[in-house]
This record gives sequence, structure tokens and C-alpha cells, in this order.
Amino acid sequence: MSITRSQIADIAHLARLALSEQEIPVYAESLSRVLGLVEQLQRADTAGVTPIAHPLPGQRQRLRPDEVTETDQHELYQRNAPQVQAGLYLVPRVIE
Amino acid sequence: MEWETVIGLEIHAQLATRSKIFSGSATAYGAPPNAQANLVDLAYPGVLPVLNAEAVRMAVKFGLAINARVARRSVFARKNYFYPDLPKGYQISQYELPIVSGGAVDILLEDGTSRRVGITRAHLEEDAGKSLHEGLAGLTAVDLNRAGTPLIEIVSEPHLRSAREAVAYMKKIHTLVRYLGICDGNMQEGSFRCDANVSVRVRGAEKFGTRTETKNLNSFRFVERAINYEIARQIEVLESGGKVLQETRLYDPDRGETRPMRSKEEANDYRYFPDPDLLPLEIDQPYIDTVAAGLPELPDQKALRLMNEYGLSAYDAGVLTASAELADYFEVAARDLGGRSAPHHAKLAANMVMGELSGLLNRDGVQISDSRVDPASLAGLLRRVVDNTISGTIAKDVLEGMWEEGRGADAVIEARGLTQITDESAIETAIEAVLAANPARLADYRAGKEKLFGFFIGEVMKATARKANPARLNELLKKKLGGG
Amino acid sequence: MTELHLMTVAELSAALHAGRVSSVELTRALLARIERHDRALNAFISVDAESALAEAAAADARRHAGDAGPLTGVPIAHKDIFCTRGQKTTCGSRMLANFVSPYDATVVERLRAAGVVTLGKTNMDEFAMGSSNETSFFGPVRNPWDGARVPGGSSGGSAAAVAARLVPAATGTDTGGSIRQPAALCGVTGIKPTYGRVSRFGMIAFASSLDQGGVLAISAEDAALLLGAMAGFDERDSTSVELPVPDYTATLEQPLKGLKIGMLREFFAGLDPAIEQLIRAALALLHAQGAVVREVSLPNLPLSVPTYYVVAPAECSSNLARYDGVRYGHRCEQPRDLTDLYERSRGEGFGAEVKRRIMIGTYVLSAGYYDAYYLKAQQVRALIAADFERAFHEVDVVIGPTTPTTAFSLGAKSADPVTMYLSDIYTIGANLAGLPAMSVPCGLLEELPVGLQIIGPHFSEQKLLNIAHRYQCESDWHLRVPRGFG
Repeated sequence: MSITRSQIADIAHLARLALSEQEIPVYAESLSRVLGLVEQLQRADTAGVTPIAHPLPGQRQRLRPDEVTETDQHELYQRNAPQVQAGLYLVPRVIE
Repeated sequence: MEWETVIGLEIHAQLATRSKIFSGSATAYGAPPNAQANLVDLAYPGVLPVLNAEAVRMAVKFGLAINARVARRSVFARKNYFYPDLPKGYQISQYELPIVSGGAVDILLEDGTSRRVGITRAHLEEDAGKSLHEGLAGLTAVDLNRAGTPLIEIVSEPHLRSAREAVAYMKKIHTLVRYLGICDGNMQEGSFRCDANVSVRVRGAEKFGTRTETKNLNSFRFVERAINYEIARQIEVLESGGKVLQETRLYDPDRGETRPMRSKEEANDYRYFPDPDLLPLEIDQPYIDTVAAGLPELPDQKALRLMNEYGLSAYDAGVLTASAELADYFEVAARDLGGRSAPHHAKLAANMVMGELSGLLNRDGVQISDSRVDPASLAGLLRRVVDNTISGTIAKDVLEGMWEEGRGADAVIEARGLTQITDESAIETAIEAVLAANPARLADYRAGKEKLFGFFIGEVMKATARKANPARLNELLKKKLGGG
Repeated sequence: MTELHLMTVAELSAALHAGRVSSVELTRALLARIERHDRALNAFISVDAESALAEAAAADARRHAGDAGPLTGVPIAHKDIFCTRGQKTTCGSRMLANFVSPYDATVVERLRAAGVVTLGKTNMDEFAMGSSNETSFFGPVRNPWDGARVPGGSSGGSAAAVAARLVPAATGTDTGGSIRQPAALCGVTGIKPTYGRVSRFGMIAFASSLDQGGVLAISAEDAALLLGAMAGFDERDSTSVELPVPDYTATLEQPLKGLKIGMLREFFAGLDPAIEQLIRAALALLHAQGAVVREVSLPNLPLSVPTYYVVAPAECSSNLARYDGVRYGHRCEQPRDLTDLYERSRGEGFGAEVKRRIMIGTYVLSAGYYDAYYLKAQQVRALIAADFERAFHEVDVVIGPTTPTTAFSLGAKSADPVTMYLSDIYTIGANLAGLPAMSVPCGLLEELPVGLQIIGPHFSEQKLLNIAHRYQCESDWHLRVPRGFG
């Protein structure tokens, strides 16, 4: 399993990660190695096996009652925010 | 070349729950920025979603109302993409196993026939926040109050063939969700909106043409205009030898056109996978039975009943059942008037509700539930038409008087002296005066210009301040003219 | 009286109860110890002496008021993955280096309610991604047994702090071995409960279907005490299980007679003979108490590591998408546009291992690869879970080593991710199947600890703690303290 540099650049963009020119070949090499490890999965005979997404069998989603339990705490929550104005989070201009 | 249009709609209806789909934040519209975004909505580190029971119940209601399959087991999945109004970097939605699939609704076409429109699926998901672009130089501001509001996305089959049909379908769903009480249907506030998938193909072709998706249409008028624009644009592209690009477009209501969305230019790879923070949603038959038992009478059933019970036409029944409140109003008034045994009376009530009353409601921007004339008072007014106290024409004036003054029909008739003249001698006197004043026209009439009959009617009405009983007048005038 | 710092939680509980020591005295003593030793170990990311002393004073007041429970006034540390209200919660990352949590994790809330005093937040691999604690933005943690070696990870700070007796116990989280592996390498007792037993609310997510909170402590008895206080249903976590929490301390002494132990064949194939010898010695001790030992085989278990390195990165790539520099966390300087804001904030805020796993996860979920990787891994996960289930029809628990080696040198495995990933080869299976598992000190090899791993069926924590406790009644490996920390 070999991942090319251009694949790394695509994946990094999909994941919104800035990588330097030096990092790209390093990740190409290490991802190739990890995916080589992962290739072992192809050895397993999984015909007819139902995939599991959760480790506890038979659990079902619980539902909560439709109740408003929250109060306005935006000032507290925005103390961690890098840029806010008038209660709004600010980001560079988005063009739709 | 003759072209055929193929349209499918993805309607997003906000569910009318008190709290959000995965958190206890309020969903009320119009709160100060971010006042209704809690830690879960803001995607703080460590927080987790828990599903709102009411959102599930509402989705099941919808599924039952469109005769769809309600999945015994449905799964929430993550749709991964980055956008400032999407705090987690993924939207919790349903992908492979939606809660509702395989339903249909019937729409009435303009030629009076009806068409069945298939609904592929309806799934539960969360709404995103809002990005505000105005008034901030080079910046976008993000309000996450809407983030996490429950939605059902209703995906139609590509069964629609024109913008008109698309609007009829969207109106049908709009009516349905309001009947069910699962969405307030407020399009201005974005509670009900749609994306339109449009393509064209040569009539008779098997394959669909390349489609475009026009996003976030939040009025029926925009849906119609945007689709018509897209149809014309695509045909023009194809006829000039070009190719329609598969893309996401935005409708610009100011310019009446669609254009490609910059933010969607990149091919998206949403990397859907089951959300590990949520377990499979399991719904059993007893639950479905309970929800089914609580379903209200649905628009189609109601329309049929109104036709059977009150002898209404399919058209009238369709108009009146566009909202449950309108239909209820009609029924109270019609029943009060004894309309179940007298279709004529029911028709009177239907005309007044669909015509003058709706006109007043629209003019003043009032909901039927807040009407200044209640159905019993409207029946009181119509009773005066039935007993010939006033004519149908005068009744319109009386209704306006009732609306403005907040008084009953009799009080308005009394105060304005609108009681109809049924006394034959009084009407005859008026006719004679009109004929005497118009000798030339009378001669013309007698020479064969029968259209002048209407002129004489109008003159007599004018002379009697429109109070002459129209049927009596008609009869007497005919007699007078015929008898020389 | 034994020196305070060498006492177990159970002993401290008794001393506090008897009034031999106050919580404030105890807290002061441990704060002083952290002050003295942590520069060398780097086990803590933050220590909040002021709030610790305030909590200790409150605990003492509670005791005077006659409202104290067994844990009231006992100081511990939290892995810095648990959100603590009003305090920095970094998850070992530059991304959250200045993040102050506005809320307490359920685990923190419950331990606070029991009167536990929080001394500080322990160092960890960034976002719990690592097996050596070398990926922390705040620098590596040193193993108290040998400062040139790693403590294991990702709960390396918690393991080192307990091993060095800076705290009697600490919380941890375990996604692929992150409690058990460092517990083994530092010679402490660690338990990862059944998935769903401890609430994940407020525990910063790495891989949601694998993450589980637990405890690192000196003894199984202490682990039982703390787990009892942390565990239980939480309506804020959909994957939390609605089952009552038994009194884990009540069954610790049960005799082991007739206990059926399965020796995991796959764990012994190719195992370092010196480690194997120690594991077999531990099994002999359990056998001497009446347990029956037989061999069991889990044929799909060798595929644990490749399965894990699809499932965990896939989930993490999505879980870590929320760190975008908008609402909290690191934001780059002068972003040119939105994409630049995202890419640089995340590129700068995350370290190399986190970025690698995000990219692996992004790749395996992307169009065209989902079936071959993600779906396949979920199927193999089902096979592994089925292997365990079959084994538990034959035996009560399975036993083997926790790690393939003792603590390795700093830097020894950081060049090659695959080599590093294989250090969790024995621990990952329990996470994939959601099973409870423990690591118990069972010997020293060239003055470095070795851990015995016990894995049981879902919700068998009582049995695991019982076995570990009975073993610890007959052994003293768990009471060994590294040189210089006695």
C-alpha cells in the first residue's frame, strides 16, 4: 500500500490540515506503512459477517424528553473564543 | 426539439419541538445571538448528543401520514465537512438507514387530474447555524442558535415535471406538516424550505439529463421562479451545444436568477459513517400504533369528507383544506347554517370563506385563527342572505362592516339600512323610472340589442342603493320589457 | 503510621475516618511531594494548589458535619482529558493549551460529590493518541523506574504519578490500552471497565466507540473504591448503560476456588520468555488458590491492531473536526481566508501523531475506500468480539501479559508509528469488544515492572477486581516503589 504525495496533499486538505513541503513526504511514508499494516485485514474471511459499530450488542438509543433545560450562557461559553463581537463568532469572510 | 423537465425536491421542515434534537437548548426563533447555543450545540470538547423523543415521534407521524415504511431500526450517521455554521465539523443525519422511506402524496394538477408523487425517504437530522455576512468588513459572523434544531429532510422521487407541479407538491407537504402539528411552516423564518434538483431531457428519452441542485428556496414563489429559470437556462445551454454541469446553485431573488455556489465548488467527500455517539434507533409496533392512533384527520381525508358531507366540489374542498384551521372555520360556519342538509348553504359559506373573508385576512395579514369575524357570526350573516334580508352582493359589504366594526351582521345591516327591497311595487316603481329616463336605450333593446338588459339591471341597482332583491328585480324587469 | 504518601486509598480513608490525618494535611503533603518530584517526571500538566486546599478544607468540614463517605478528603489527580470546570483542560495538545472548561465531566462531578480532592491534571499523549506519552505538547513523562524510559501512554502522567506516589490514585482513559499499558510499564494497578460503564460525558473524545474511563491506583482494592464512585448510568451519554453499580469492594475477598482461567494462546506466541515466566508464575499463584487454568484460543485476535488502526482513526478524524479555531482552541495568526484559518489553526494546533491519525481516518472513510477499510474493519471487529464471547463460554476470564515488553527508552519507537502501534498488541482486543480489563503488577524484569492482564466478559468488573485483589493478597509487586520515591 503506497500513498503518493499528491494523495497526502488531498487528504490533508479534506481534513483541513496545513502541511509543510517537508512534512508531505514524511506522512506519505508513514501512512503507507500504517496502511500496509491495515492490509492484513484482507486476510480475514468476513463473508456474511454483520459489521458492528458499537461494542455492546443489542443496545438501543435512549430518548430524552423534549424539555428545555438550558439557559443563556453565551458570555461564559465565549470566554474561550478567539474572536467574538456582539455575541457572534467571527471568521474570515465566507463567500456563498 | 421538445424538452421535458425532471424535478425532485428535498424539503427541509424544522420540527416544532421545544428543545433541540440532541440538546436541551430552546428552539425558539429570534433569540439574541448564541443565547440558545449550549455546550452540545457549540460542540465543546467532551460533550455528547442525546436524542429528543418528540423529534422521533414527529418523524414517525410524518411517515404514517404519507403511507411510508417506518424503519424498525434506523441509524444516525455523520456527514463530515467544514463550515463555520457547523460546529462539530459534521452534521448528524441519517444516511443508509433513514427513519422513513417509500411514501407518496397525491397532488392536484391544473387540468383537474391528480398525480402521485413518490417520496423516497424522510430522515431526521440537525439544522446548521447561520452565517451573517452583512455589515462586517471582510468578516462573517456566526450565530449558532439554529444549530441542532431538529429537521426532517423529505426527499421526493424525480416525479415532478414543471415548476407548477413542484410548487403544488411543496404546498401539499406544507399543508401536511402543519396538519400533523410537526412544523409551523413559517417559510420566512426558514422553518420550511427546499432544495430543487432540476434537469431537462429530450422528451421520450430514457436517461435523465445532468441535474443541478438549487439550494435554500424559502418561498413558493422563489421555488417556481428558480425552477423556471433553471429550465430555461439548461435548455439554452443544451440547444447551443453546451453541457449542463452538475453543480450546486443559489437562487438570487433580487436578480431572479440562479448562479453556482462558490462554497460548493470543490467536490465534496462527506465521509458518512455511523455516529458512534448514538446507538441504533429502534421503534416497535406498539409505539407506531400509538402514534397512528393520535394522527389527526389528514387533508385528503378531510377534503373527501367535506365533499361528501357538504356537497363541495373537489376544487373548493381542496382550497378549504389547505389549512386545518381554514377547514375548521368553514365547517363551524357551514354547520351553523345547516349546510350538511343544504349544499346550497354550504356553498354560500365556502364562497364567503374562500373569497371575501380570505381577502380580508390577506389584506390585514391576519391568521384565520385570529379572524375578527368568528364562524358563528359569519353564519349569522349568511342566514340573512338565505332569508332574503340582504343580497349576496350586500353581504360582502356587511362582512367588511363586521370586520371593521366588530359588530354582528344584523347590527351592521340595521345601522347601514341595507335591508333588501323585496316589495314588488317598490322595485316596479324604480324600474319604471329607469326606463322612462332612458327612452333611446329602451328602443334599442326592443330593436334586438338584448345586451342592454344588464344595463337596466345596473341602473335599477344604483337607484335602489343595490338593495333590490336581485332575483325579484330580474323577474320584474323581464316582465316589464317583454310585456311592452 | 506509614508515611502518608505510601498509603493506599483504603488506608488513607481509614486514617481520615479515624482523625489521624486531615484532608488539608494530606493535600499539603502531596502537593509538596509533587513540587519536589514532578520537575523530573513531568507527570502533571497543571497543579491547582489553591483549589485543592479549598476542596480539602471543604472535605474536612464535611467530615466534621458527619457527612463523609469513604473517599471524602482523599486527594487524586485527573488525566487532563477530563473537563474540569474553571480549570485548564488541555488534552495534552497545543490546540487546547489555553482552554478553560466551563463544565465538569461526569466522572469529575461524581468524584467531587464523593468528596475527592483534585490535586491537578496529569500529562498524557496528545488527545490520548500514543503509547509512550511522547506526543504530549507539554513534553514527555519520565518513567519513575528509569527516567530514560517512557511511562507508556496515553495515561502516562497518571501512571507515573501513582507509581512515584505523588498521588494515591488517578483517573485515566483507555481507547486501545491507554490505562493498562502505562499501568503495566509503571507497576501500578489499572482497570478499564466495560464500555458504557463509566460516562464519557466531559471526557474529551478520541474514538467514541472505544474510549472508556477508568482508574490507575496502587491496589485493586483502591481501584474498586474509586470505580464504584465514578461508574454508573449518565443520561447525558447515550452509550452509557442503565445498570446498577455493584459495591465492588464487597466481593474482593471471594475465594477463587473453581475459577476458570483461560490462558490466551495468541498472547503467548512469540512472547519474551522472561515476561512469559512472570505471567506463568502469577497464574501458578492463582492456581494455588483454587483456580483452574486452561488454554483458550481467539483466532482473530491477531487482527486487533489493524482493525483498531482503521476504526480509531476514522472516529478521531471526525471527532477532532470541531477544533477549527472558531469557538475555542488555537487560532492561527492573520488568517487570509476561511480555509487558511482552518488549515493553519489545525496544522499548528495538532502535533504530528494526531495529524497522522486524522489523515488515516480521513483516508479510510473517503469515497472508494470505505468498504475496503472501514466496513471490513467493523466486520473483523465483530469476529474478534465473537471470539471473546466463545471463549467466555468456556472460561470465566482470560489472562495474559499486558504488554510485549517492559518500558522502552524515550525515542526508541517514535520514528516508526507501526512499531509504536504494536506495543498495544495485547490490550486493543478488549476495547474492540468493549470488555472490562485490568493490568496488575506481577514482577520486575531488570528493575522494570511487568503487568498481568485480566480480561472478563461484559460487566464482570467485580470478578476482575476480586481476582486482582486475591492475587495482591498473595504478592507484593503492587507495593514496590521505584528507587528515590519511597
